[in-house]
Amino acid sequence: MKDKSHDPNQMTGAAMIVRALIDHGVQHLFGYPGGAVLPIYDEIFQQSEVEHILVRHEQGAGHAAEGYARSTGKPGVVLVTSGPGATNMVTALTDALMDSIPLVCITGQVPTHLIGNDAFQECDTVGITRPCTKHNWLVRNVNDLAKVLHEAFYVATSGRPGPVVVDVPKDVQFAVGTYHPPRKSDVHISYSPRVKGEAAQIRKAVALLASAKRPVIYSGGGVINSGPEASRLLREFAEVTGFPITSTLMGLGAYPASGKNWLGMLGMHGTYEANMTMHDCDVMLCVGARFDDRITGRIDAFSPGSKKIHIDIDPSSINKNIRVDVPIIGDAGNVLGDLLQVFKAEAKRPDIKAWWQQIAQWRARNSLSYRKNNDIILPQYAIQRLFELTRGKDTYITTEVGQHQMWAAQFYGFEEPHRWMTSGGLGTMGYGLPAAVGVQVAHPDSLVIDIAGDASVQMTIQEMSTAVQYELPIKIFILNNQYMGMVRQWQQLLHGNRLSHSYTEALPDFVKLAEAYGGVGLQVIKPADLDGAIKEMIAIKRPVLFDCRVAALENCFPMIPSGKAHNEMLLPEEATDEATATAFAGGKALV
Amino acid sequence: MNQPASAYFLEERHDPNETHTLSVLVQNEPGVLARVIGLFSGRGYNIESLTVSETESQKHLSRITIVTTGTPMVIEQIKHQLDRMIPVYRVVDMTLTGRSIERELAMVKVRGTGDHRVEALRLADAFRARVIDATTESFVFEITGNTAKINQFIDLMRPLGLVEVSRTGVAAIGRGPEGM
Ligand SMILES: Cc1ncc(C[n+]2csc(CCOP(=O)(O)OP(=O)(O)O)c2C)c(N)n1
Ligand SMILES: [Mg+2]
Repeated sequence: MKDKSHDPNQMTGAAMIVRALIDHGVQHLFGYPGGAVLPIYDEIFQQSEVEHILVRHEQGAGHAAEGYARSTGKPGVVLVTSGPGATNMVTALTDALMDSIPLVCITGQVPTHLIGNDAFQECDTVGITRPCTKHNWLVRNVNDLAKVLHEAFYVATSGRPGPVVVDVPKDVQFAVGTYHPPRKSDVHISYSPRVKGEAAQIRKAVALLASAKRPVIYSGGGVINSGPEASRLLREFAEVTGFPITSTLMGLGAYPASGKNWLGMLGMHGTYEANMTMHDCDVMLCVGARFDDRITGRIDAFSPGSKKIHIDIDPSSINKNIRVDVPIIGDAGNVLGDLLQVFKAEAKRPDIKAWWQQIAQWRARNSLSYRKNNDIILPQYAIQRLFELTRGKDTYITTEVGQHQMWAAQFYGFEEPHRWMTSGGLGTMGYGLPAAVGVQVAHPDSLVIDIAGDASVQMTIQEMSTAVQYELPIKIFILNNQYMGMVRQWQQLLHGNRLSHSYTEALPDFVKLAEAYGGVGLQVIKPADLDGAIKEMIAIKRPVLFDCRVAALENCFPMIPSGKAHNEMLLPEEATDEATATAFAGGKALV
Repeated sequence: MNQPASAYFLEERHDPNETHTLSVLVQNEPGVLARVIGLFSGRGYNIESLTVSETESQKHLSRITIVTTGTPMVIEQIKHQLDRMIPVYRVVDMTLTGRSIERELAMVKVRGTGDHRVEALRLADAFRARVIDATTESFVFEITGNTAKINQFIDLMRPLGLVEVSRTGVAAIGRGPEGM
């Protein structure tokens, strides 16, 4: 055997992990140490290429990495210890799986010979994370580590992106083996996602689109995931065809909110015009969205008269909930490029003037209207002011989950992709604050705002400490209605206004809380003071908790009620107590 | 609409169910069977029968045969969900190809004396089941065939002193010269 002591590729497993991160261009790593990852932390200590951000809870590391990934298009990387470190990551992994966010999570594991013995801080990490990752690995041999790490990056970022876990026992971190840089053969040959759409299907789609009288484009997070070029092509496609366009929660920003074909978001709390357009259209082009239940409402009444084209990189998204007529499997950007080319070459833009006139009538219903109030701040107004006062700035928005999230989606106009991070599929309260930490790490000079709720923000408030430590000037804009507003709304509409445990008796003093963490606290109660306070918040170059006291009992409208179709939305001006009760009347008697 | 108060659409669709046999070629690596089974339990799909064994040891390939039931849309979903798993090479719907042979092996223990014993032997002969163990008061029969044939044989043995059955589950292969 030849002497390997001078071979630079001979190193410990722990060193391989750091080396692989560097080889994949990783600049930031979110993590939390513990016994089973100490050798890796020791390697991190002895280098300066990868910066480690110490969070306060592993879930925070996961969401920070998600925010980082979504705002940069690069994978988010996480390092946590075995047992509780790994189980604390489960929420973030599931969140990333649902929203197709590329994450590479490295977990420490007890030494190989102790696996299965109920050792201290042992858990079956690959078993627990199997259903909440795109793929995961337990590495038992140090000589497999390089291959697995490279494969992990490839799997997380290619095809439909998603989270992966690499579980590395402590003895494997100490063991010496051979490293190799990334190479093609690292990846399972059974894994080869399809990127290019089938030409025949694209032709069929173009023929259908060219014959449309009442078309609509329905785009989703897949367009964002595909990269900036996909958004550019989507914009061009809307321009060339003249078609109206709506988007899911996850897809906001792919087409600009100020664009002339924009209908607003669709779905349960989408605009009236978006949902009516979806319901009455004759040709629907779905790009990178997945017909989930918050979008479709009642399945058997979903857009009954339309022919549907569905572009998705994941074949399992096609025909899952809704039967489509022309499926195209491929990357959103790639297929949009081909579609556009064929459309320009072979089709003529159909005349849809009458359709736009119809849409204008729906739009005139003004489904996002709310009554003005000079005494209390309405949450919708607060978002509108936040939007106006940050317009034109280099701004990123994250959210928590609840009414404030929906109002943010309705009233904050997104002009660019990658600027909007929210937990769509899983609906994870506590996502927004750590996500803002991750976004700010990636974009240190930008304005990063978490539009938060008073209940959600308390789920991961400890990451204020991370923000202070790393001087990340994130702004936590809390729409404080003193309720779990979305829960209260459902209880009011669906459960006889019995407000079971949706009121928080003992909210913290957010101003003092901010100060306790070493940040800045602001509070606003009067509408007249709002603008000044927002400007002050923007000017402060430190983490801010902004306690915006808003109307407690405001409901989020419009809304598609229980088991109803898109054309049965409840609009704000119609939502009198009586109309609401009728719309939501189900098997249970409502008061 | 007579559904309970919920913003979900709670009514289920009731398309008729179909039974399909799927052949799944996978990389034989730790956890691969757990992934497949977890997919079925996690997404609420049915498993009527599942067999697995390494089929090409040099290439570390295993072949899983799954018999499942569901609406046509669910069956399509199952195939796509299997296909997108990283260690899965190929998924073939043997039922759709219409050219597959399906076999199962069962060992059937029957206890009895006198007329019952004679009748059991006579039926076993008719079904081409072999006797692989015998005592003065029992037989173990080995029978291969498709699921229906085996079910029928077991039903016939029941009144004749059926004690227990061990079945392999279904293995399937396509007719003709081509592989999957
Ligand atoms: C981790 C988690 N637990 C529970 C829920 C259910 N849930 C959805 S919205 C909501 C209330 C959120 O309240 P708040 O953050 O104050 O926002 P608001 O609706 O008042 O704007 C709850 C409890 C959830 N989405 N996530
Ligand atoms: Mg609230």
